[in-house]
Amino acid sequence: MIEVDISKRFGSIRADEGKAALPLIEAKFSSDARLLALFGRSGSGKSTVVNAIAGLVKADRGRVVVDGDTLFDSERGINMPIEQRGVGYVFQEGLLFPHLNVRQNLLYGAGRATIKNAGSVSFDQVVQLLGIDALLDRAAPTLSGGEKQRVAIGRAMLSKPRLLLMDEPLASLDSGRRGEILRLIERVRDEFSVNIVYVSHSIGEVSRLADDVVLMNDGKVIACDATETIFNRADLRPYTGRFEGGALIEAHAARHDMKYFLTTFKFDGGELVAPGLDTPIGGRVRIRIRARDVTLATARPHGLSIRNILEGSVGAIEDRGGAIVEVHVQLAGRELLARISRLALDEMNLQAGQPVFALIKAIAFDKRSMGFTA
Amino acid sequence: MLSPAEISIIALSLKVAAASVLFSVPVALACAMLLARVSFPGKTIFDAIVHLPLVLPPVVIGYFLLVLFGKKGAIGSVLDQWFGVTFAFRWTGAALAAAVMGFPLMVRAMRLSLEAVPAKLEWAARTLGASRWRVFLTVTLPLALPGVAVGVLLAFARSLGEFGATITFVSNIPGETETLPLAIYSLTQSPGGDAAIMRLCALSIVLSLAALAASEWINRRLQKRLGA
Repeated sequence: MIEVDISKRFGSIRADEGKAALPLIEAKFSSDARLLALFGRSGSGKSTVVNAIAGLVKADRGRVVVDGDTLFDSERGINMPIEQRGVGYVFQEGLLFPHLNVRQNLLYGAGRATIKNAGSVSFDQVVQLLGIDALLDRAAPTLSGGEKQRVAIGRAMLSKPRLLLMDEPLASLDSGRRGEILRLIERVRDEFSVNIVYVSHSIGEVSRLADDVVLMNDGKVIACDATETIFNRADLRPYTGRFEGGALIEAHAARHDMKYFLTTFKFDGGELVAPGLDTPIGGRVRIRIRARDVTLATARPHGLSIRNILEGSVGAIEDRGGAIVEVHVQLAGRELLARISRLALDEMNLQAGQPVFALIKAIAFDKRSMGFTA
Repeated sequence: MLSPAEISIIALSLKVAAASVLFSVPVALACAMLLARVSFPGKTIFDAIVHLPLVLPPVVIGYFLLVLFGKKGAIGSVLDQWFGVTFAFRWTGAALAAAVMGFPLMVRAMRLSLEAVPAKLEWAARTLGASRWRVFLTVTLPLALPGVAVGVLLAFARSLGEFGATITFVSNIPGETETLPLAIYSLTQSPGGDAAIMRLCALSIVLSLAALAASEWINRRLQKRLGA
């Protein structure tokens, strides 16, 4: 359980400068999610918030409470030193100690006295999970970006944190390594009893990993809610990103088709077929369906390569006057979003309430838009 | 090869330089750390004071030392009474003069190398449970070690050559305060010592080159160990 309520103004306040000109960060939220994401554009204040939780930045006012322990409280004059907070931190750049080898890096924080409510992991467990057995005697500067980030995660976990902060841990990696580390973070989330606060501006990472999302913009918290709710809320679309717009659907793997390497995923509004043989039957996944991947039809089409044909009805139509409109499709309580041209909307004469078929290519879901949930 | 007098001069010079460096290292490290990592009011003035010995005439420093650390000086009298430590006209005074004169060189080199250690690495260490002290000893200092070692050797070489402040503060007493440069100076004051002067000059060059070579060697070894 983490509770944050802080404000912090940057820069020096001088009489001749307007106070309003200085960036102000104000964040108030609480969550008991296994993985809480701070999501927003760069410069929205996410990093300041995690730095305040870690104690690297001192807030002007407010409080930070983790699992009932007050780490910071301006009113009561509490500002626990960084090293006593029991908060592990994985930085974007990894920040391994260059004068130590991998083993020494991993063990740097392992001697820390046990902190209340902290999880515990063994060296071997961490090394095995992160697959860094072969790296142990290497010098830290000789590692690649992905290897560094693995070691950084291991190092933070071995310091027995009760809360693990990750600030854009994938941002300095190439896309191949990104998926790899993302899967590791999922395993850390699911296999170790440590709560994670994850900072990212990537909708793909957040929708895949997070249980709860704190949506930030311009130094303020816009919303704090379950991930599915946040990304499906139309009023938040300006912040979650119009061009990344889409729907997030929780589903479970129903059956595998071993001949065609496809898996059928069931959700409240129907079934989806997608490549996904690595999901165990019954395993829950979260699938992001981007609005641009959804095609609409007024009659059930034949002779098309598209495998996913979902029957529903037209909901709200968002027409902002440009070439493109967004059509909401209701599927038994679930909602999809389709981005089509305004020309198509008019020629098909789509009206709210009318039955419609939403078509999605089976290969529109890649690894990046599907994530396991615990 | 070397006369007993020459050996004693060199031994004294090395002793003075070693003592001066040994005692100024902790102070210089603290000053360098302060300048590299902490912002406080009056930092510019503090920085200027640290650098003063670099730009002031050595004789001025020597005179100040005499006034402050002489038997009747404000600090000297206290040290003498309470701790029985005397600087005036003793080799310890020569070491003090050398330490003060070499101080800015030492602080400069240390500060530069401390500043080159990313502050975020120190953050990372703190989040792993290390106290400020542990971070300094296990992260900052090891990473700054090449520069720290260079600072120490520069100050050592500078101490071997200290003349102005030393002769003003502790005079030129053979066997007590007569280091290599002072001995050369004495010889130039009497006629017919040219051969002896040349020998001492040559020794002086050898010692200085050795110190510089050692500094280079240590720096390379440390850099290599850091994988840079």
